[in-house]
This record gives sequence, structure tokens and C-alpha cells, in this order.
Amino acid sequence: MPSLGADMDEGVLLEWLVRPGQQVHKGDVVAVVETSKSTIEVECFDTGTVQHLLVEPGTTVPVGTPLAVIGTGPQATHPASAAPRRRRAPVPARPKTPGAVPHKAPAEARRPAPFAPDAARPPAPAPVAATGPLVRHLAHDRGIDLSAVHGTGPGGRITRTDVEHAAPAGRRIPASPLARRLAEELHVSLADVPGSGAHGVVRAADIRAAAEAAGTVTASAAAPAPVRPAPARRAADRATAMRHAIGALMARSKREIPHYYLSTTIDLAAALEWMHEHNRHSPVSERLVPAALLLKAAALAADQVPELNGFWTEDRFAPGSGVHLGVAVSLRGGGLVAPALHHADTLALPELMAALKDLVARARTGRLRGSETTDPTITVTNLGDQGVESVFGVIYPPQVALVGFGRVVERPFATGGLLGVRPVVTATLSADHRATDGAVGARYLTAVDHLLQKPEEL
Amino acid sequence: MGNGPAGEAKTTYREALREALREALDADERVFLMGEDVGRYGGCFGVSLGLLEEFGPKRIRDTPLSESAFVGAGIGAAMAGLRPIVEIMTVNFSLLALDQILNNAATVLHMSGGQFPVPLVIRMTTGAGRQLAAQHSHSLEGWYAHIPGIRVLAPATIEDARHMLAPALADPDPVLIFEHGTLYSASGDLDPAAGPVDLDTASVRRPGTDISLITYGGCLPKAMAAADTLAADGISAEVVDLRTLRPLDDATITGSVARTHRAVVVDEAWRSGSLAAEVSSRITEQVFYELDAPVERVCSAEVPIPYARQLEEAALPQAVDIVKAAHRAVD
Repeated sequence: MPSLGADMDEGVLLEWLVRPGQQVHKGDVVAVVETSKSTIEVECFDTGTVQHLLVEPGTTVPVGTPLAVIGTGPQATHPASAAPRRRRAPVPARPKTPGAVPHKAPAEARRPAPFAPDAARPPAPAPVAATGPLVRHLAHDRGIDLSAVHGTGPGGRITRTDVEHAAPAGRRIPASPLARRLAEELHVSLADVPGSGAHGVVRAADIRAAAEAAGTVTASAAAPAPVRPAPARRAADRATAMRHAIGALMARSKREIPHYYLSTTIDLAAALEWMHEHNRHSPVSERLVPAALLLKAAALAADQVPELNGFWTEDRFAPGSGVHLGVAVSLRGGGLVAPALHHADTLALPELMAALKDLVARARTGRLRGSETTDPTITVTNLGDQGVESVFGVIYPPQVALVGFGRVVERPFATGGLLGVRPVVTATLSADHRATDGAVGARYLTAVDHLLQKPEEL
Repeated sequence: MGNGPAGEAKTTYREALREALREALDADERVFLMGEDVGRYGGCFGVSLGLLEEFGPKRIRDTPLSESAFVGAGIGAAMAGLRPIVEIMTVNFSLLALDQILNNAATVLHMSGGQFPVPLVIRMTTGAGRQLAAQHSHSLEGWYAHIPGIRVLAPATIEDARHMLAPALADPDPVLIFEHGTLYSASGDLDPAAGPVDLDTASVRRPGTDISLITYGGCLPKAMAAADTLAADGISAEVVDLRTLRPLDDATITGSVARTHRAVVVDEAWRSGSLAAEVSSRITEQVFYELDAPVERVCSAEVPIPYARQLEEAALPQAVDIVKAAHRAVD
């Protein structure tokens, strides 16, 4: 289960889009996952053959849980031949506890397989029932959900080894009670904090250090997620969960990021004149809206002022690779998401327009891709269509800047000593003072202004 | 039975106890002291030296060597309206009177439907460290702290030695006072302005931020010494003196741990089933989510306290053991 955002610590596997035996390539959409924010298409991060699907649709699993096994490289085996080979997978060579327990494990593994005939077929996820009491006991002790464990024993049986291998995902991390409590309060994931105590126990000081290093723990610095009873969430629960997730993330932003704010009014006469001219000669499908110009200008300016395009992690700024413009999209049921327009600075305006339409449509139907939720390097919020003239946003951690555009309005405006009524927009910048100072932010807004004065070059 | 070097200190723990007795005898004619050798000999540890001459044989009474008899007599006197102070030579011998203390003193109020309170004070010496071997050296106050119906005190400072007796006598229920044998000769200044001790509260003897050393009685000086050593190591230790072993002041204990997030409980009794176990248990019950390390305990070795000096020292909690335990919790 990939982390599809700084505020995610578990997800519901809604649907598999691939079958065992199917070839997949890096970037293919292989599954649909529901998070507290939206439904997201998970992209495959590797190329190979799907061997086993480990998680049944409808199951809620924590971030980090293996969802499927992909065989890579030339030796990738067909599941039918993999199963018998794996059946001989040895039981642990050195059991941890002496006594009666270790003797049971080999017995378990050697037991005649009731599902032996099935081995010829591509194996389905092992039924949870096909385990012995020892395995169930071990799984219970280690807090492992057996339905998420892949069985390598005869007929897909879950063996003791499988449970032991699954342990890291569900393993209880040794931590002092205070550290555990602080981790929850400070939204720090225990799994990401190296323990400085005896035997690697995580202690309060470790959590505080991790929380201070804030940006570092983004991937898993999750809000304390309420325990949700069933994967089939009602809309109201979903809205509540989303409110909670947004709340946790924004609170963290305001708690950790020293924001500074800049604002400027930009004359859009030239840009809109150019746009209208462009639209007059274009088919309806290729017509532009002012937002596209503003986004393009914001992306190009981020390329020119790279200090604002990236992330604050480990107490330092890490520049983004490319400008992936986060676009804040408000959802109909309430709440918002800010998925990425990848490489927005390199898209021609019609391409950007098309990508934007697609992105907004998918965000509203809840079909975003994983990379779109995690990649944004700088975010733009455009509240113009809501009628307000300016917006000072809250930075989306671990990004370091958020650009705001208000409504395009006609105002008396003086240029070159002449007063006229011109279309103007208020552009704002909220930026992380740890990463940049006001001068950098000013350079950014000035760059946006200059870009919008030469729309033909956008 | 002398004082410290003359002129160096204003008073000793022993003199403070005697002064408290004198004040109590002066203040209330119902008060009298009885026990083995408290009169003519001046007390086995010299606490009541001179009181027989001052208050006469009716109020300073030597008793036969029968703990059960004279503690029982004290209970009867208290029920009949007097305010007896009974001295038992050491806690080891108090076991001969345990039947009187548990089955009568602690129980009569309950068994009589509230008709007969027992306003009795029993003083006794506890603890090791003076090469008095296994029949004079044990720390059994934790056993008494197990008993509902009595209050158990352990004055560890000169001030508490001086000012715990009056509130103990004012308590309508039996109060047991445990005086650690190594403290009698402790000398120091006594604040003339100090008044009666609040018997419901423990005392923070030294504030700190990194770890709580929770102790009482004869181990307090060791904990204070350990805190000095720890300070040199850069660890700020808070020292909590329980001073009332029953009822325990949970608020002070847990408040301290909530500040420091670590605790070492130091108790001269044996570890198993000890008061240290009780304190540790309360900490985990009440402030588990404040703990950043397991609660450490420093107790005596589980052997009869040996006579030979080096063996006795090895058996007892020492400052160096407390320092080690603190490092285990903090490092």
C-alpha cells in the first residue's frame, strides 16, 4: 500500500485492475485504492509479471503492506510453476523459541496439501482458514492480519515463516509509553524514527527530534487516523475522515511552517486580449480559460525561481525535479485535493488546458493517480471562480510555497501615466520562511507578472 | 550517644526526636512514653535520655521485655482516653506485637462500629548499616504499610523528626513511626519557624528534570548523594521523599514522574513484594503514558542482612547503585 499523501496511513484496496499472470509495466495503473481523501489509481512501480494478489478487494490495510507480488527479470516464473517451487520453502532454520513450538512448524509445512490439485492453477489468495493454530497464535501475538499474508505453504497455506516474514509490516515497534503518546500527538510515525534507547527502543527525545525535523517524516507523518470499522465507508464518514485529514495536515503546516505572505496586483489586459484572439481562431475543444494562463505563468515562474519549487525535508530545502504544479480542486461533497499537473512548465497552453480539464474531472470523480497526489512541488489555489479577489493559502507540507489567484476583475488601473479600466488579478504567495526570504518571494511574483505581460511566450 | 562535634551543628535527628517528645509531654498530660529501657537507660538509642528525670516514672515507663504485652497495654490506654507513645526497640521485635498492631490497633475502630478509636503512636527503629546483623537490621515498614487502619511515617530529615510527632498524636488512629538507625546521629540546622508536618504529603527534597529518585527514610541521604553525582554527569535528578508510607501521596509521586518521565524507586527493604513494588506499580497505573523508560528499583539483596561490614554494604542499596539505575533509565 503506497503512501498517497502526507496525511495517509492506511487505505482500502477497492479494486484490482490486473490479474495474476498479467504483464505489467512501471507506471501502469494496477489497482484502485480509497484513502480518506479520495479514490486513487495506484501505479505500478516496477515491470514484470503479476504473481500473486495479496490483498482482497474491500480490505483496509496500513501503508507499507505488500499488495501483490510482481516477478521481475527473465527468471520471473509463472505462478503455476512458482507454487510447487515455493512449497519447498524451508521453515525457519533457527526457531527463536526453543521447546515444543518449533517442532510444530515443520509438521505444519509437511502436512499433505488438501488443495494440492489447485497448485496447477494460478493460486488465488490463500483462504485465511487454511492455517493452523500455531500460525494463528503467532499472527495474533504479532498483530498481523492473516488475510493480508501471502501463504507459501501447500495449497497457499500460510506457514509460520510467512507470518514471520510479514511481521515487519505489522510489527509493534518498541517504544516507551511516552514516546508512543508523543508520536500520536505530534503526528510522527514510530516506524520512521530510529530508536536511541537500549535495543533500539524509541524514546521521547527521538520523537521530538523527528517532529522538529518535520518535513522529513512527511511520507508517513500521518494524522492519528480514527479506527474505521468497515471498508465500505458511507459518504458522511468519508467527509468526516477527509475533514480530519485536511485538519491534521493544515494544523501541521501552521504549526511547523513559518509562513510569510506577499501580494501583488497584475494587469491582465495583454494576456486576456491574446487569449480572446487565440480562442477566436481555435475549435471549441482547444479554447483557453484565464486559469490556464495563470497556471502556466505560475509554473514558468517556479522554474525561474527554483528556490520555491521543492520540499523542506531534514531541515533543508530539496529542490523538486521538474515543476509539478499542484492544483487545488475543491470537491463537491466538501473538502479539497491538490493533485499535480506534471511538468506544467513544459506543457504548451492547449496541452495544459487539456491536462487541467482531465485532472479536475478525475479529482471530482475520485480517480486520481498515486503520483499525482504525492508529486506536487508547488501548489496553486485559484479562488477566482468563487468570487473573492485574493487568497492567502496555507502551504501544503512539505512544499515550501503556495500561490493564490483571485478573481479577474475590472478596476481603474494606471499604466504609463494613463488611467484606464483594465482587467486585473491579485496574485499572492505564501512561502516557507525557513526555505526562502521575502526577496525570493518578491522575485517570484514579479516573474509571474512579467510572464503574463507576454502571453504569446507562455 | 553524643551530639555531633560541638558548635558545628545546631541539633541532631536524635535530639529533634527528644525535643518532639518533650513538647508532646508538656503539651498534653494524657501523653506518656513506654517501652523497653526508655526510662532509666534513656532509650536503646538514647532518644529519651533525661526524660525520666524531667517527667517522672508515671509518664516515662520502663516495660518488661514483652512487645505483645506493652503494645497491647498501649492500645488499651488509647481506647481508654490516654495518648500513649510506645517505643519498640527495633522493627524486628515488633513482629512479637504484630498481632496487637494488626488484629487490635488497626481493626478495633472497624470492629466496634466506630465506637473505639485507637489514638496510639508506636515508634521504632528500622534498617541496617550499623553492623547489627540480621535480627536488628531489617526494613519491615513496608509490611506495615500494607495494613489499612494505620498510618505509617518515616521521618528522614531532622525537621520531620522534630515535627511529625505532634500531628501523629493528633491523629485519631494508630500511627507507626519508623526511625532509621543510621539517621540518629545526623546533624544539621533546624528551622525554628518550621511547624507540624502535613502527614498526607510526600516532599520533593531536590527538584530536577531528568529523573525522579523516589525514596524514604534511611535511603534519602543516599539518594541525595546520588543526585549530586548525577548532576556532575549532567543528569538533573529530582528526589522525592515519601515520608508517609501509608497512605502514599500519589499526587506528588506521579506529578514528579510526569515532569521527569523516568523513575528510580529506592527502598532498603527486599525487592519482592516491597513498598518499591507498590510505588512502581502506581506509577505504571497512573502515569504510564508519561514514562520514557521502565521504572527502576534499587532494593536490598534478598538475604538476611549480613554482619560483616563489606557484606552488609554490598547487600544494601548504595548511592552508586542508584546512580547506575538512573543511568540505565536515562542513557
